[in-house]
Amino acid sequence: MSIDIETAARVAHLARIKVEEDELPALATAFNDILGFIEQLNEVDVEGVEPMVSVTPMRLKRRQDGVTDGGMQDKVLSNAPDAREGFFAVPKVVE
Amino acid sequence: MTDLTKLKIAEARDALRKGEVTSVELTEACLTAIEGAGALNAFVHKTPEIAREQAAAADTRIKAGDAPSLCGIPLGIKDLFCTKGVASQAASNILGGFKPEYESTVTSQLFDAGAVMLGKLNMDEFAMGSSNETSCYGNAVNPWRRGNDDAQLTPGGSSGGSASAVAADLCLGATGTDTGGSIRQPAAFTGITGIKPTYGRCSRWGIVAFASSLDQAGPMAKDVRDSAIMLQAMCGHDPKDSTSADLAVPDFEAMLTGDIKGKTIGIPREYRMEGMPEEIDALWAEGRKMLEDAGARIVDISLPHTKYALPAYYVIAPAEASSNLARYDGVRYGHRAKLSQGDGIVEMYEKTRAEGFGDEVKRRVMVGTYVLSAGFYDAYYNRARKVRTLIKKDFEDVFAQGVDAILTPATPSAAFGLGEMTEADPVAMYLNDVFTVTVNLAGLPGISVPAGLSKQGLPLGLQLIGRPWEEGDLLNTAYALEQATGFVAKPSKWW
Repeated sequence: MSIDIETAARVAHLARIKVEEDELPALATAFNDILGFIEQLNEVDVEGVEPMVSVTPMRLKRRQDGVTDGGMQDKVLSNAPDAREGFFAVPKVVE
Repeated sequence: MTDLTKLKIAEARDALRKGEVTSVELTEACLTAIEGAGALNAFVHKTPEIAREQAAAADTRIKAGDAPSLCGIPLGIKDLFCTKGVASQAASNILGGFKPEYESTVTSQLFDAGAVMLGKLNMDEFAMGSSNETSCYGNAVNPWRRGNDDAQLTPGGSSGGSASAVAADLCLGATGTDTGGSIRQPAAFTGITGIKPTYGRCSRWGIVAFASSLDQAGPMAKDVRDSAIMLQAMCGHDPKDSTSADLAVPDFEAMLTGDIKGKTIGIPREYRMEGMPEEIDALWAEGRKMLEDAGARIVDISLPHTKYALPAYYVIAPAEASSNLARYDGVRYGHRAKLSQGDGIVEMYEKTRAEGFGDEVKRRVMVGTYVLSAGFYDAYYNRARKVRTLIKKDFEDVFAQGVDAILTPATPSAAFGLGEMTEADPVAMYLNDVFTVTVNLAGLPGISVPAGLSKQGLPLGLQLIGRPWEEGDLLNTAYALEQATGFVAKPSKWW
């Protein structure tokens, strides 16, 4: 399968990474190198094989559905690039 | 006592307990060594104040007779670990200025055991790389050189700073993480020992996530005993990581008897790669002979799906990374791009991530996005997860036949020059992990032990792979190999 420039642009947008027009051909080439390498997987007979969910056969632990932590708004916000009045601030989302 | 930084953890522990040295002296010696090793670019955030404070506290504990093995031992911490109040950037610009309000479980456990943190160590950005060349801090440099050639070599990656710092005696040990070989490959490139434990042994809580089903922390140290001591302190169940194993942690150091009589060691034929340098093949044969001489039974085994491990990895790891790295959106921490008039939230995401991520990280996030996208999920992601099941089954089959451990080369070459691979396509760099990545896909413990020198005088490592949860037994086999190889070479100081 070959990735064209249009697909590269679409994937970049899906990943929310801005890629300039003139960088798209190189990106498409890199994708094709990597996907070409991955294509080898088609040689493997995977008929009837379960896709791996967990590498160690352990049940996930359950715990009480209770509050164990909280009340640290200042710490939560301390690394924010823009925090105001106890909130994360972002550009306008809704018109 | 001279050359305090050259001490191994076990030696320093014994000297501390006997009162022959203090942690403050040991720590000052390391801080001085770090100051003189700027050329290696191993330590990227130094924490001398924290180190001195922790060292003084450790000395008090030791005097009071409360001295766990790591009490007073100066360590370096990979930048991937969140350390409270100390920059933790995963070597990425997108986490520029980030200072966690919390401490990772692994570093908490090390500090509870009395360890001293000298600073944070260089690495590939988000642990994505095999040469430490994707770091926002610039390359870490290998203290080893090819004889008198002053070309700078890579310490490997992603835990390149950790490897460089331990090999150059800037610290007594360091933490690493390993998603596809990021502990074992740099350990092999720098003549030190590094173990990736079984998936679930070390809590991942507070370690910046790359590929959650593959990531494991582990120690990088000067020998097998030191690795056992550090691993002991790093392991254990943590309710904050749902994949952390609720299993007792044995006394790994006490299991180092060096006796491997009657053990069965498998040699997988699929690891004899086309075009593999002759010296790697010779080293592997020597390792086989050494384990045989030590009383182990050597059997040839087959792991038929080995060839497909790297391609499966380069679907699964980017897929998980694209999901994990979605959190870097310029809202909660780290970098946010300057916005133009009229830019909305989508422009903020796209510009922030374009500025904050390096090329390799962007590439992997986008590949991951692609293999998970509608229409390709089954063809790529699900197929890779099925192949992963088969790779794990290969190992289960040989363990069921009575194999205790598997011996392979650690890397397909010795350390290469910084910049030597830049012209190659990304896949050429990925081949560095060809011998190590199977172990992550199968969730097994693997250890790299220095075993010899290349013709150019660079260290080469052998890898041993063990049964799940049997790190103790694996460390003991590695200990027997270490005794047989008698590897003691150190890089000559040029920095």
